[in-house]
Amino acid sequence: MGVELKKKNILIIGIIAAAVVIVLQLFNLQIIDEEYKITASNNAFRYDIRYPARGIIYDRNGKILVGNETAYDIMITPYEVKDPDTLDLCRIFNLDIADVRQTLKEYRKNRRRIGFQSLPFVKQVSPAQYAIFLEKSYKFPGFSAVSRTIRSYPYNACGNLLGYITEVDTSFIRKNPEYKRGDYVGRTGMEQSYEGILRGEKGYNIFLRDVHNKIKSSFAEGKYDKEAIPGKNITSSIDAELQQYVESLMVNKVGSVVAIEPSTGEILTLVSSPGIDVSKLASINKFYAEIVTDPLKPMFNRAVMAPYPPGSVFKLVNGLIALQEGVIDTTLTYPCFGGYKIGRGVACHSHPSPTNLTSSIMMSCNAYYANAFRRTMDNPAYPSVTAAFSKWKEYVESFGFGTKLGSDLPSEQAGVLPSTKLYDKIHGKNRWKSLSIISLSIGQGEIGTTPLHLANLAATIANRGYYYTPHMVKSAEDTTITADYSQKHYTKVDPENFKKIIHGMYLAVNAPPGSGATGRIAAVPGLEICGKTGTEQNPHGKDHSVFICFAPKDNPKIAVVAYIENAGFGATWAAPIASLLVERYLTGKVERAELEAYIMSANLIQKVL
Amino acid sequence: MNTGNLLYKKLDWPLIITYLALVMIGWISVFSSVYDEEHAQIFDISQRYGMQFIWIVSSLVLASLILFVINPKLYDVLAWAIYLGGILLLLAVVFIGVEVNGSKSWFMIGPVRFQPAELSKIGTSLALASLMSSYNFKMKSFSGMLRIALIILIPMLLIVLEKETGSALVYVSFVLMLYREGLNGWYLTFGFLGILLFLVTLSFSPFVAIILLFGLMVIAKTFISKKIFPHLIFLVVFIPVLIFCPRLGELKFLSFASSLTDVEWLALFIGPVLISQIYIALKERIGYLWYIITCFLVSTVLIFSVQFFFERVLQDHQRARIENLLGIQEDLQGAGYNVHQSKIAIGSGGFWGKGFLNGTQTKFNFVPEQSTDFIFCTVGEEWGFVGSFVVVALYLFMMVRIINLAEKQKDNFTRLYGYCLASVIFFHFFINLGMTIGIMPVIGIPLPFVSYGGSSLWAFTIFLFIFIRLDLERWR
Repeated sequence: MGVELKKKNILIIGIIAAAVVIVLQLFNLQIIDEEYKITASNNAFRYDIRYPARGIIYDRNGKILVGNETAYDIMITPYEVKDPDTLDLCRIFNLDIADVRQTLKEYRKNRRRIGFQSLPFVKQVSPAQYAIFLEKSYKFPGFSAVSRTIRSYPYNACGNLLGYITEVDTSFIRKNPEYKRGDYVGRTGMEQSYEGILRGEKGYNIFLRDVHNKIKSSFAEGKYDKEAIPGKNITSSIDAELQQYVESLMVNKVGSVVAIEPSTGEILTLVSSPGIDVSKLASINKFYAEIVTDPLKPMFNRAVMAPYPPGSVFKLVNGLIALQEGVIDTTLTYPCFGGYKIGRGVACHSHPSPTNLTSSIMMSCNAYYANAFRRTMDNPAYPSVTAAFSKWKEYVESFGFGTKLGSDLPSEQAGVLPSTKLYDKIHGKNRWKSLSIISLSIGQGEIGTTPLHLANLAATIANRGYYYTPHMVKSAEDTTITADYSQKHYTKVDPENFKKIIHGMYLAVNAPPGSGATGRIAAVPGLEICGKTGTEQNPHGKDHSVFICFAPKDNPKIAVVAYIENAGFGATWAAPIASLLVERYLTGKVERAELEAYIMSANLIQKVL
Repeated sequence: MNTGNLLYKKLDWPLIITYLALVMIGWISVFSSVYDEEHAQIFDISQRYGMQFIWIVSSLVLASLILFVINPKLYDVLAWAIYLGGILLLLAVVFIGVEVNGSKSWFMIGPVRFQPAELSKIGTSLALASLMSSYNFKMKSFSGMLRIALIILIPMLLIVLEKETGSALVYVSFVLMLYREGLNGWYLTFGFLGILLFLVTLSFSPFVAIILLFGLMVIAKTFISKKIFPHLIFLVVFIPVLIFCPRLGELKFLSFASSLTDVEWLALFIGPVLISQIYIALKERIGYLWYIITCFLVSTVLIFSVQFFFERVLQDHQRARIENLLGIQEDLQGAGYNVHQSKIAIGSGGFWGKGFLNGTQTKFNFVPEQSTDFIFCTVGEEWGFVGSFVVVALYLFMMVRIINLAEKQKDNFTRLYGYCLASVIFFHFFINLGMTIGIMPVIGIPLPFVSYGGSSLWAFTIFLFIFIRLDLERWR
């Protein structure tokens, strides 16, 4: 019996121990732990969310590119809805009554699951509608309004750069649980790149409700309320005036223009034409279908997404590489009588012959670069063409070609560079020679670069051998912008060789009449613009017109690329647009009113369609 | 009837009063948890509290019948018939039952629902008591254990088939009764140890579980050994090391340790002790040391198989509940919703509670099942720590009282039955309260006498009053 008695006592001790555990946890929950008294899921509290104002985006001169306007979201708390005047509600907000009835029915069905959460019912109503709603709000129990800010765009410019904001959807919330239903998030452009800075932090007011579900008072006199923290402002490197000016030049043309400040890598202007009309950004959902079905693809930011063969402007890169490899020098000359005639060869336009490095740039001679490229590829310093090609590719990559430069444009593309594997596949392993890939000498063939790459090339040449990653942000309030943007990226070509090339670019724009210089139309007295034209052969239609330049020659302030699709010679359209841009930026005005008017009124779109 | 009247003077009033107190608390809580101003009358039978009143009155009638009308000798005689009747009902419900909340365990009789699983606990208890009190029954024989196991497992299996896993688990509680009747305490200890290690492994890591296990073994060694003093010194040194073990790496001169992997830690700290203990066990031929070492090694294997069991054997919702309990994956919208809301309700009650009908959390159906399985939320919110404490105390008193009365019985049948009753009440009490305050996984079983529901109230009333009536027999 003794053993059993002992066991009985052990059982009783066990039961008492279990009870003690329960009492301890009760003590913990009810007396010690504060978490269960003030918590978002505590139903005695009503949390009214206060949305922060999103950060403002300024241009480099302090003008507002993206600002805020007040709008209201009408919220519904399904649990509190009791016989609303549906008809009147529809009248105020211009809603379809059948839709509303359907929505209300669904909310009613799910109200248990929803609990006391408030959900958006009508979004972004105007202050006028809000005023009417407020007057009649006694008719709509369970409906309330939250003030939100929507975006406004004082400048009619930068449609493709700024991005837009949109309400988060379910799949986005699943991936980013810090967002809740009804929150907005930046999509594309700066809104997406700087979401973390612009977003701000939501706040809330806590109200106490009693057992009859009536709001009694502000809880603890607002001690636990949280103020919304507005998003931080951002200063963009974009020059709004310049951007607007270039957009006006690009009306009715397809293509892109990019201008960079070489000494910082800041993007001054980036235009993709045709682009998104800024007036449609604020309520992009309404216009979304229209925008994506436009055959000219305004959403497609050509400046960073379209890989074109670079054409003649790429001769600059090949010249630099040949100089660095020591296979040419400034005194070497080649004759040209309408092109390079060996193998498939490359044709050339008529110009004085023979050419040296400087005059080949000035006159854009194809034969010179075919010869120089063959020397680079057949350089006896390398065991094979493949090895020489690999070395060449290393040089090209050091300019940033073939990779994403790492700008803050979310849609930036890498372009393409050919690999030895690709040529092995086309021609057979070790069966291709310098002649097989001769198109590369003049920037044609299996190479694709975006206009941003070319603008970066112009900046690199302007800097005599290095570039900063192009970027659109100048500074952000209380935040340091990533250090990568103040990092110099050196090419594998010495500054000395850049100087030789620059001399040719200077003459290409500023040589006297009759010298055969291709870019004379871009010349502006006193600005010392250095440039290079390009006429990029296009298998699908008329040639693309390309021009890159920087100015002034010493201590350059701006580097530009203009890329106009299906517009013919580089000198005809791209050069004047780039030149007008430079003039406007450096002098603040445009003297050549006639040229300006001619460009603005030209319609080159029908050549594309 | 003269002797009868005298007999009834011996009726155990403390138990009956405790019972009535719990039932009243239940009724008030059900009233408060589904209170609706349009039906402010507590007797309004269109509401759950009105229905509960009917259940209470009918339970009292049942209780009176048991106390005054039914011959208590019948229970032993009819134990098997009642058990079989329960099994038949359980079988029937599998085929013709109604599905409620995903489990097919209810009969519909007119407007009234009835769950036979509640009643079969009584049948099982009677059958166990009858079997084990029978002449020349030997529990420790193989056939004895087998018969006990069958009696418990058959209804368990049927209830699992009805997808009422929670109610099935209640049958595990009979182990407590078996322990009292001679089951080796080690089984119980190992059972608890197994569950403890399972939980620790999941919520922390196998590494922590092994350290904990090692600590327990060392403590066990200290208590079993005759030479307590040297072990005590060892303990005093060892426990702080155990507690601070994971943070030792923060000390400067031990900073190398933070780069050690778990396995290296084990080798460094536990390995030498283990090897030295094996050496001592070998040299001095200490039997218990062998037990402890074997136990340690077996448990280590167990710890490493936990992950497998958890991921392969358990079902998704069961895994979710356990993960939620342990805070591995808190899912406040899904599996963790009930518990989170329930903890808020109880926690917001504070010391004195918000007062009758003033609970804001338990109104408006925030806590699902708030009048049945989560009824304790209402108590916790409206009556606070004080009220909750009273409820816990009432149960504690009731369970201890039943055990003490059971021990006084001359008739083995009554004692066995009493232990079954206490075990079942304990299981319901601990699991239900534990689940509402978040220290047990959500297992949907009601709080005896308090939760809304006719089946549960009837079953526990009958269960308890049979014991109270049987208890009278010892005065004859």
